[in-house]
Amino acid sequence: MTTTEPDISKNPLDKILTPSQSPQLQTAIVTVAASLLGVLIALGISAFILAVTGKNPVDAFTTIVETAGNTDKLVEMLDRATPLIFSATAVAIGFKMNLFNIGVEGQYLFAALISAQAGSSVNLPAPIHVLFILIVAVCAGAAWASIAAVLKAYKNIHEVISTIMLNFIGLAVIQWLFESFFREEIEGNLNVKTKLLPNSGRMPTIIDGRLSTVFFLALLVIVGYYVLVYRSRFGFRLRASGENPDAARTVGISARTMVMLSMIISGGVAGLVAMKSLLSEAYAYGPNATPIQLGFAGITVALLGRNHPVGILLAAMLFGFLDSASATLQLAGVPSSIVRVMQAIIVLCVVILNEAAIRRLNVRTAEQAQAQLAPEVNA
Amino acid sequence: MASASGDIAVELTDIEKRFPGVLANYDVNLTVRRGTIHSIVGENGAGKSTLMKVLYGMHQPEEGSVSVDGAEVAFRTPADAISAGIGMVHQHFKLADNLTVLENIILGSEPSRGGGRIDFAAARSSITEIMQQIGTELDLDELVSELGVGERQRVEIIKVLYRGANILILDEPTAVLVPDEVDELFATLQRLVDDGATVIFISHKLDEVLSVSDDITVMRQGTTVAHTQPADIDRPGLAELMVGSELPSPAGRNTTVGDTVRLAFRDITVDGPEGRPTVQNATLDVKEREILGIAGVEGNGQFELCAALLGLTASAGTVEVDGVDVSTASTADRYDAGLAYIPFDRHREGLMLTAPLWQNTLLGRDHEPELRNGPLVNAPAAVAASEEIIERFGVLTPNAHTPAFALSGGNQQKLLVGRAMVTEPSVLIAAHPTRGIDVGAQAAVWDEIRMARDAGMAVLLVSADLEELIGLSDRIAVLFEGEITAQLDPDTITAAELGGYMTGVRQREAS
Repeated sequence: MTTTEPDISKNPLDKILTPSQSPQLQTAIVTVAASLLGVLIALGISAFILAVTGKNPVDAFTTIVETAGNTDKLVEMLDRATPLIFSATAVAIGFKMNLFNIGVEGQYLFAALISAQAGSSVNLPAPIHVLFILIVAVCAGAAWASIAAVLKAYKNIHEVISTIMLNFIGLAVIQWLFESFFREEIEGNLNVKTKLLPNSGRMPTIIDGRLSTVFFLALLVIVGYYVLVYRSRFGFRLRASGENPDAARTVGISARTMVMLSMIISGGVAGLVAMKSLLSEAYAYGPNATPIQLGFAGITVALLGRNHPVGILLAAMLFGFLDSASATLQLAGVPSSIVRVMQAIIVLCVVILNEAAIRRLNVRTAEQAQAQLAPEVNA
Repeated sequence: MASASGDIAVELTDIEKRFPGVLANYDVNLTVRRGTIHSIVGENGAGKSTLMKVLYGMHQPEEGSVSVDGAEVAFRTPADAISAGIGMVHQHFKLADNLTVLENIILGSEPSRGGGRIDFAAARSSITEIMQQIGTELDLDELVSELGVGERQRVEIIKVLYRGANILILDEPTAVLVPDEVDELFATLQRLVDDGATVIFISHKLDEVLSVSDDITVMRQGTTVAHTQPADIDRPGLAELMVGSELPSPAGRNTTVGDTVRLAFRDITVDGPEGRPTVQNATLDVKEREILGIAGVEGNGQFELCAALLGLTASAGTVEVDGVDVSTASTADRYDAGLAYIPFDRHREGLMLTAPLWQNTLLGRDHEPELRNGPLVNAPAAVAASEEIIERFGVLTPNAHTPAFALSGGNQQKLLVGRAMVTEPSVLIAAHPTRGIDVGAQAAVWDEIRMARDAGMAVLLVSADLEELIGLSDRIAVLFEGEITAQLDPDTITAAELGGYMTGVRQREAS
């Protein structure tokens, strides 16, 4: 029988991989290496863009590096990363079973309004009050996501279409609820909000008010995401349904159940995105007080973090860092919008390099497995 | 028949085509006379499609020669075959729904007016000419999405003719057509050969083959076994040639089929896409210590029957496992009731290709007490359970952490067989359990199935491999167009009988 000789020697991955590493470790090494390389290439491209637009890339990068040496800025990085961790985790839960939840934006804003209103309407002892607001937020986010979940599970309406449309519907519903029922009139104040949360419903800040303690909740959610997706039976079924829906269905995993649960859990986590703003900054929901666009940012952070908990954490921190550096850049005469450009280029480079590297790795893994077994086959 | 070389359109001599672990074609000889309809008949897996792909330049043969119009050729790609005048009408149409008939026909070989513009007028006139020639009429400006199946097929044929083909390969062209459309197609083909074209017609529908062909070549197990003409043979004879006159002898069987019915299904009916049910009133019992083989040409409802039994598709009728009615139960509950399944297509329905083997063997078993820690996966136990399957079923792999895609097809199959068998099910539904695996592994899988059968398991075995069917089965039921048309004894069965029922020549004699 003629077999084509596998050309193992030419695979560039051989420089960083040895046969003694397990396939899972090899995947991790390749992912980290490809991501670092992607960030470096992205910085190069960004420098080029700065240079052709007449700005000095050296100045810009010097400013960024100086930012990295500033403790205050690093704390700010963690603070800015907080909502991104929630929104990226929400998106990643969907991604793990090939569900593209574009609706995090609508889900978290809806949850922000509902939980702000609910939180300011009750009087509870401090820890329970906060817990109550968090639970309301999770439930509200999940409830909004469940519309898309039902449409997908029972009517097979693609979640991308439904969640995009539900974002618009959500904004309209929020505006109507807010304007008609929840806004608090304060004479002469144009910055309208819902009623302020009492002190018992607030979460403290630390380090001179620079870091919201909601950050620790985000870390908890990341750990929870890891356990749920990578260690639990539900997560196993979730990943199986994402990897091969037909095979999952064939062994008796109900696609409908998995779609419902994953979308609702995703929406629940999305409900927490605005909690830093609500519990530690604005203490209310308001069109000008509550940050927007974090749901879409979460999609890019999840992509950059490869849907892995550690990756999401690092990606959120990188985005948080670049955000905090943008103000400094502005002062140094570099347009802060370069930060957005850099973020986009980083995501593109990291995703492309990872896909290419994993493909190479898969070829290599298959070849090596065959090579390892060849003597047995011939025997 | 004496013929000068000028009368021969296609000649394939001693073709051999191998894939890793599979001899798809060997000693294949085929001579197609110009201006004839030449049918190639054979069961699924007999090597017809591989042979046609060799002729069409999609595969390169390891041995043998291909001649077209008397000159030896070596096609590297289908483009080479097309320029030599060979065209292929695929079973699954390759048309763009959102383009018009005209655009679809010229797609890829657009006549140019210079400056990158398409000469639609020239295209229109030459297509009209082709349509007149084959006696058909289509609205060239209609969108393909508006067309019926028969019309789409004619678009495919015109597309091939437009590229200048005078040798047409049609791969199971009637599979998708209703009888009227079949007649129309045959009229078209007849006009084509009257004008000097040559048609190679692949089919396993014997009536059609006998009515339309000038010559017939029969393939079986990768080689050509007979050349004949409709005048010299009848349907039963052709059916026997397809299946082979010497059936494999049943292996020394000393089994005692029990009395307890383990799997019973009644009146299973599955609706098909076009109103025609894909399974109709299928009723069978499988007893303990019994292997019931389901014979049939592929696509006669085997897949749908298995899907219905597993609750993967909506169906009418009742299913009982060990006396428990599971007709309305979920798929997961049916497995818990004692079913197990070796799927038809290991990649589509069986494996998570990029996941490690231990996760693949855990699939569908993560609720078993020893493989879980409450709501968590007990990974070490799952790895150990996977290693047990790898060991017992001889899966060749570096270890249980290797991703599934790194394994050969045969080893992937053994893993799936192991996953189904290790749960000690009371009823195993095994679809092509040894497809694509080497002979040694095949024997091992058969032994495992026999041992489990002897220990009390009931097996519903769907297979296209007659050796497997006859060698393993205690009883054989034939599925033809969704109906169980016969139940036969593998010890006394003849090739004519089996082939006859499988091809519908014989209808519903036994019950």
